[in-house]
Amino acid sequence: MSSIHGFAVQAPGDNLLEVENLRVSFATEHGVAKVLDGVNLTIRPGEIMGLVGESGCGKTTLANAILGILANNARREAGSIRFAGEDLLTMPRWQAESEIRGRSITFIPQDPFGSFNPLFPIRTQTMEVMKWKSPRRAARDGRGIAGFFSRYPRARRSADAAAVLQMLRTVQISKPEEAFGKLPHEFSGGQRQRLMIALALLPQPELIIADEPTTALDATIQAQILKLLKRLAKERGVSVLFTTHDLGTAYEICDRITVLYAGQEVETAPVDDFFQRPHHPYTVRLLESLPHPGRELREIGGEIPALVDPPAGCRFHPRCFRATEECLSDRPAVTPLGGGHQVRCYHPITGASRL
Amino acid sequence: MKAALDILRKLLRDPAAAAGLVIVLLLVAVAVLAPLIATHPEAVWDMNPRQRLLPPSEAYFFGTDRMGADIYSRILFGARITLTIAITAVGAALLIGVPIGLVSGWRQSWLGEALMRISDIFLAVPQIVLAIAISQTLGPSIENVILALSVTYWPWFTRLVHAEVHSLRNETFIEAAIALGVPAWRIILLHVLPNVTSPIIVRTSIGMGFTILTASALGFLGLGAPPPAPEWGRMISESREFLPEAWWYALAPGLAIFLVVMGFNLLGDGLRDVLDPRIRRASTGR
Amino acid sequence: MRIVALILKRLAWLVPTLAGLVAIVFFISRVIPSDPVALLAGETASLAQIELLRQKLGLDRPLIVQLLDYYRQLLSGDLGTSLFTTRPVWDDLSARLPATIELTIAAMIVAVALGIPLGVLAALYRNRFVDHFLRVFTVAGLAVASFWLALLLQLFFAMDLRWFPLQARITGFPPPSLSGFYVVDALLEGNVGRLGNVLAHLTLPALTLALPALATVVRFTRAGVLETLQRSFVMYQRAMGIPVGLIVWKYVLRNSLISTVTQIGLLFGILLAGTVVIETVFQWPGIGGYAFEAILHSDYAAVMGFTIYAGVVFGIVNLIVDIGHAVLDPREATA
Repeated sequence: MSSIHGFAVQAPGDNLLEVENLRVSFATEHGVAKVLDGVNLTIRPGEIMGLVGESGCGKTTLANAILGILANNARREAGSIRFAGEDLLTMPRWQAESEIRGRSITFIPQDPFGSFNPLFPIRTQTMEVMKWKSPRRAARDGRGIAGFFSRYPRARRSADAAAVLQMLRTVQISKPEEAFGKLPHEFSGGQRQRLMIALALLPQPELIIADEPTTALDATIQAQILKLLKRLAKERGVSVLFTTHDLGTAYEICDRITVLYAGQEVETAPVDDFFQRPHHPYTVRLLESLPHPGRELREIGGEIPALVDPPAGCRFHPRCFRATEECLSDRPAVTPLGGGHQVRCYHPITGASRL
Repeated sequence: MKAALDILRKLLRDPAAAAGLVIVLLLVAVAVLAPLIATHPEAVWDMNPRQRLLPPSEAYFFGTDRMGADIYSRILFGARITLTIAITAVGAALLIGVPIGLVSGWRQSWLGEALMRISDIFLAVPQIVLAIAISQTLGPSIENVILALSVTYWPWFTRLVHAEVHSLRNETFIEAAIALGVPAWRIILLHVLPNVTSPIIVRTSIGMGFTILTASALGFLGLGAPPPAPEWGRMISESREFLPEAWWYALAPGLAIFLVVMGFNLLGDGLRDVLDPRIRRASTGR
Repeated sequence: MRIVALILKRLAWLVPTLAGLVAIVFFISRVIPSDPVALLAGETASLAQIELLRQKLGLDRPLIVQLLDYYRQLLSGDLGTSLFTTRPVWDDLSARLPATIELTIAAMIVAVALGIPLGVLAALYRNRFVDHFLRVFTVAGLAVASFWLALLLQLFFAMDLRWFPLQARITGFPPPSLSGFYVVDALLEGNVGRLGNVLAHLTLPALTLALPALATVVRFTRAGVLETLQRSFVMYQRAMGIPVGLIVWKYVLRNSLISTVTQIGLLFGILLAGTVVIETVFQWPGIGGYAFEAILHSDYAAVMGFTIYAGVVFGIVNLIVDIGHAVLDPREATA
């Protein structure tokens, strides 16, 4: 199958990424943890989709599943992940590694401090990505043996280097030529995330998976990075799957938001609609738990369930103030609410929110 | 006591560690019961020239040596020598090394530095080299071997303890104790020592293995207990001139050494895994 | 120029450490139970004659003075005279050093060239058959008495199968001496027959010597790789689709090698310790064999000289290892 680059995405209305009924579980020493329980998610071309949820809700697992880097003890029980029509989960490994990862779908990690190899200068690590993932790469350049002895023609190499330097300027790294020769520890956290953004954009992907990219940064830097990412993604028409536990961050950058609770997605909505008219009890509680001047801090009672033995039906029901019998038996189906807003609840909250 | 039983239980779950424990216990049993299970208890001291260099048989499980003595019995009695040397040498090294390590790790003073430098001196050459120098000067005997080995092994305990104490020193709970005015010796005894015990135990087990190897090497070189003591290393050395015909002569004592050291190593590894996963990280990272 | 500073600092520590070693060796050699002077003087000597001899030899002076004298003697390169060969110990040892170094390097090459890939494999295939097998192998490898293994190999491969020669460095005449290393000299000479001869003689001793070092390298590499594999940059490169082989053998290996390299000093200690018994068994004409012969002949001066010599060699090797560590980890240089 030829590279997805240049592959004309179908009709404008089509989704770039479609996660359908994805079930993933992990074999652990305490039993089988059912981390993702039938998750549905769609991302359209050029849109920034926020995946919001607390720690342990499965956001990172979902991101890893899309990228194809789940741990060895993970098993896909059901579902599909369709990217531009192809199911990533049934794609041969080598194809996913060479054509999807780092090319059509790139990655911005959560930890800027550990995600660069401390022993190699920036030049080596960036040009490594370019060697394999540059848009100028030709099939002739080959994979060699386990990655060694493949071609990297000089002409392409200098074109790639120029592109990297240009991108470093775009992400506001001053003196890019100097930066090239430096080691990762000589950069601050914010700078390293800019480098990550640059690396995520250089292969000219269709989709960037950003896994809580600003969580580890100081608050003032966070805003800078968010704005930068949003601007660059929009300029290039690149979709972003942006996971976060922080609703404020999601508001800043996302076009649409999907809420994930304990491996089940519970509500999806365009951003404004999401904040003004939340329907799922969990979403409502999440929004209420945001600090608000003049109001007491509210909390959601209870704890996230252990995934080895999760609650039946809707996994939020033990903590839900609107739960009834049917919430325990089957997971609610998707209820479309118009305008791209949908919720999975037997007792959605209607009426204007208190925000 | 309950903690010890707990550790034992966890240890036995690992087949390798359990095997190690069994071997070590077997060694102790053999050493203690040697006179009872030896087929020829007089083999250690008597000479029997007509029976010399006989291959393994029903009467002589591992054959006979150049004196006509039963090798099997000699090996059993040799276990006593091996165990004595190992326990005494490592024990002495521990008793010297741990206090020095405690003192040097606790204080950031010149004393600590000086003690570490002194221990470095003993590590300036591989253990066996210095042990040779000491043993040769003092003459071949078990006591001198023990002396040589303990004098060359204590720095390993010191380094270990020093590193642990040094890092513990910066822990908040220790700082709190100091701030509360608890005297240093009490802190060391009640708070530091329990935390250091795990690495010490692991090091002791592994140290037994290495000590036995070095001791048998010294025996091989002629520096151990003089004949007719049935020291395993010396037996192997004796066998050299009778090779290749009397292959059993070299095989049996070597197998004994191998088995015993293997046992201590497996036990030590198992203890390390059980006692503190933190140790595993430390031994690879630092 | 932090590396230069590092070298100087290490050298500065080397001197007092060696001085301390010398002091220990010196005091040991003066602790002989029997009176050496009386031995020298002979059975018929009277007490007065013994005292005279003692004064003549300078052995009646305070120990500290004798020690300082000994330092002076050492600094002039005099390690004493061998009672057996009647030559200066220093000369004897220097003549035999190349043989030991050749053997040690051969063993080190085997240990590292085999050990590192095996360690990586054990880490990659953790808890599978390869890993379990290697774990048993390494524990066994560290439990074997090297002199016993040497004998067994001799017995089997040299005496029984006759695949390899029994002992010594070469059968017949050595190649014209340029480096002192027979392998190098034979290569330079271009004599294939002699090269084969030399390599055949080198095989069994080198393999025996290498075993504990190999086991140690495998263990440390495995642990280092396992630790490195957990780190975020590995996950990042995987997520970005960098070929896995490249990730492991170019990036992960470099990070985990840092912990392995720090063990090379330890490795060399293991190897040096092993040479004593292995050279003895294989009649290898190196400094280890020299030590054994000195023991055999009760040649005290030679044994003491050997101890100090070993200290110097060991210290220099450790220094080189530290330099290597600084080179491998550029953080040291720029931090």
